[in-house]
Amino acid sequence: MAVMSYLEAIRETLRQELRRDSRIIIYGEDVGVRGGVFRVTEGLQKEFGEDRVMDSPLAEAAIIGTAIGAAVNGLRPIPEIQFADFIFPAINQIVQEAARIRYRSNGDFGVPLVIRAPFGGGVHGALYHSQSVEVFFAHVPGLKVVIPGTPYDAKGLLAAAVEDEDPVLYFEHKAAYRSLKGEVPEERYLIPIGKADLKRSGKDISIITYGLMVNYALKAAEALEKEGISAEILDLRSIRPLDVQMILETAKKTGKVLIVHEDNLTGGIGGEISALIAEHALFDLDAPIRRLAGPDVPAMPYSPPLEHAFMITSDKITEAARDLAKF
Amino acid sequence: MAKAKLTPELLKEIYYYMALSRAVDDRMWILNRQGRAPVVYSSNGHEATQVGAVMALNRGEDWIVPYYRDLAMVIAYGETPREIMLHLLGRAADPNSGGRQMPAHWGLKRRHIMTTGSVVATQDVHAAGLALASKVLKDGRVSLASFGEGSTSQGEFHEALNFASVHKLPVIFLNENNGYAISVPARKQMAIMDVAARAQGYGIPGVIVDGNDPIKVYEVTQEAAERARRGEGPTLIEAKTYRFVPHSSDDDDRAYRSREEVAEWKKRDPVMTFEKRLIDEKVMTEDELKAMQQRIKNEVNDATDFAEKAPLPDPNTLGRYVYAE
Ligand SMILES: Cc1ncc(C[n+]2csc(CCOP(=O)(O)OP(=O)(O)O)c2C)c(N)n1
Ligand SMILES: [Mg+2]
Repeated sequence: MAVMSYLEAIRETLRQELRRDSRIIIYGEDVGVRGGVFRVTEGLQKEFGEDRVMDSPLAEAAIIGTAIGAAVNGLRPIPEIQFADFIFPAINQIVQEAARIRYRSNGDFGVPLVIRAPFGGGVHGALYHSQSVEVFFAHVPGLKVVIPGTPYDAKGLLAAAVEDEDPVLYFEHKAAYRSLKGEVPEERYLIPIGKADLKRSGKDISIITYGLMVNYALKAAEALEKEGISAEILDLRSIRPLDVQMILETAKKTGKVLIVHEDNLTGGIGGEISALIAEHALFDLDAPIRRLAGPDVPAMPYSPPLEHAFMITSDKITEAARDLAKF
Repeated sequence: MAKAKLTPELLKEIYYYMALSRAVDDRMWILNRQGRAPVVYSSNGHEATQVGAVMALNRGEDWIVPYYRDLAMVIAYGETPREIMLHLLGRAADPNSGGRQMPAHWGLKRRHIMTTGSVVATQDVHAAGLALASKVLKDGRVSLASFGEGSTSQGEFHEALNFASVHKLPVIFLNENNGYAISVPARKQMAIMDVAARAQGYGIPGVIVDGNDPIKVYEVTQEAAERARRGEGPTLIEAKTYRFVPHSSDDDDRAYRSREEVAEWKKRDPVMTFEKRLIDEKVMTEDELKAMQQRIKNEVNDATDFAEKAPLPDPNTLGRYVYAE
């Protein structure tokens, strides 16, 4: 099996999907000739032509709005938003249109659409190239929000998103693109959207997280192991839908839950997960639920000490987990 | 599609849809004033623009992406009076939305009427996207988006024109300029006289047409459709027209426009003038006209009765169709 970076896994999946289904088109800012600012779509225009991999005008509402129309008229568009931070001009199209079209037409219309966007910080991107925007969309019924944490998952989840009949937001962590590597099978496979994955089994505490943080949590778990603390790690893989069953299972198993996300604390998906556990597993808990999340400041600052203070690291996870284990 | 001729049959059909939608429209207001229909959005005054335009399309094959003003347009595109009334009254069998959307929020896939929401100008980019698919799939379809002049202040209108002209998409942007966005007059909406002038900024033709003359609208739309099918890209059509009634049943237009102004425009009522023309030019006899009007009356009565007797949606369906089932 080939070892690939997170980025390569996404690119090869796009290639495989484009080869498989001629209805798939990719477009966005700089995705064609240049192959995207992160090179995710590199070489795809050359292979598939300008009709299927094209540079669009710099206009996010138009990118998503046209993708909706194209999906209704028989294509399977995979538009790219260059940075998740710039998705807001399109929020009208995503929330008011894509998410509501099936519902408002009583099932007559559907919008099979995958919106890819790099997100997240720790890459000196400052306020407008570091944001975690997933929870704005996780709030909206009609959308699905997928955030892979490994190259293997990146492939299976992207293929599943393409196969999905409803709009899926597929967020890729920028810091994961080249730093994460792993084995990725050649053949096509689907990972069902809404199924979490137990990335590590443990008995003392549960760490529930997603995306890049999964890797930080795995590192933290190794450090904790040396201290005699056994941590279980649940990778959500999608935050809408949430895998409620697996969340409750791990909470009941260890009785101690730490929820980790880079997105800021207040209104983050951690609040929803806490509420689910409180509603359905309160008496299985041995400690209050803990959340480790980005601070409640408007976005990630630029200068290294400020950026570091914002970011979640494996050390911060280790510390919070140790604290919780002692409770 | 070969250029359709303006045969007497086609002229009669255009008149039929205009008169039918006016009659449905009038009935909707009566139902509203009687407390039987909570809200009404009207195409009253816009019939020539809407019917003239879509009769120039390959109906049921080309896509239309209408807005709430387009009752006459969707009737000419194949929604029946019964379907319209089911929608107005929020009945379960409403084919546009199963009673989920407010009246005048059209959408019917089998007739290629795109589903529409309330947020103005969102539909403009959808039309460009439908046309993008047509270009890639080479399905020969044209898409037509319609919208009021007020909504042309929105970014999505401009994004749609730009995207479609850069990629030479087979799409027609039809502006129904009635001079007002609810109460706000066009001169407070834009610092130019004509919406059509916007076309120049996108390198596409901008055509002004008398929106109260269905034949003129038909002709310019036909030309725009041919241009689109030849792969030459979009056209912006501005049909100058007027709405004779308030913005909706919740509006009172006396607050912002004079009765004299309304009366002046009513002299050019598109349904009346076209009717007179068909008689004067002997396309139709008085007897034929009367028979058609009687048929329309019967259809509207039937539709009203049918919809009023139709069941309302089952509350247990509230959670359906959030995702594919
Ligand atoms: C984005 C948005 N803002 C406000 C409204 C409320 N609204 C509905 S119709 C309308 C006026 C639209 O006027 P125009 O585009 O000229 O169309 P007309 O009704 O005159 O045909 C307004 C302000 C809306 N539907 N969408
Ligand atoms: Mg107007």
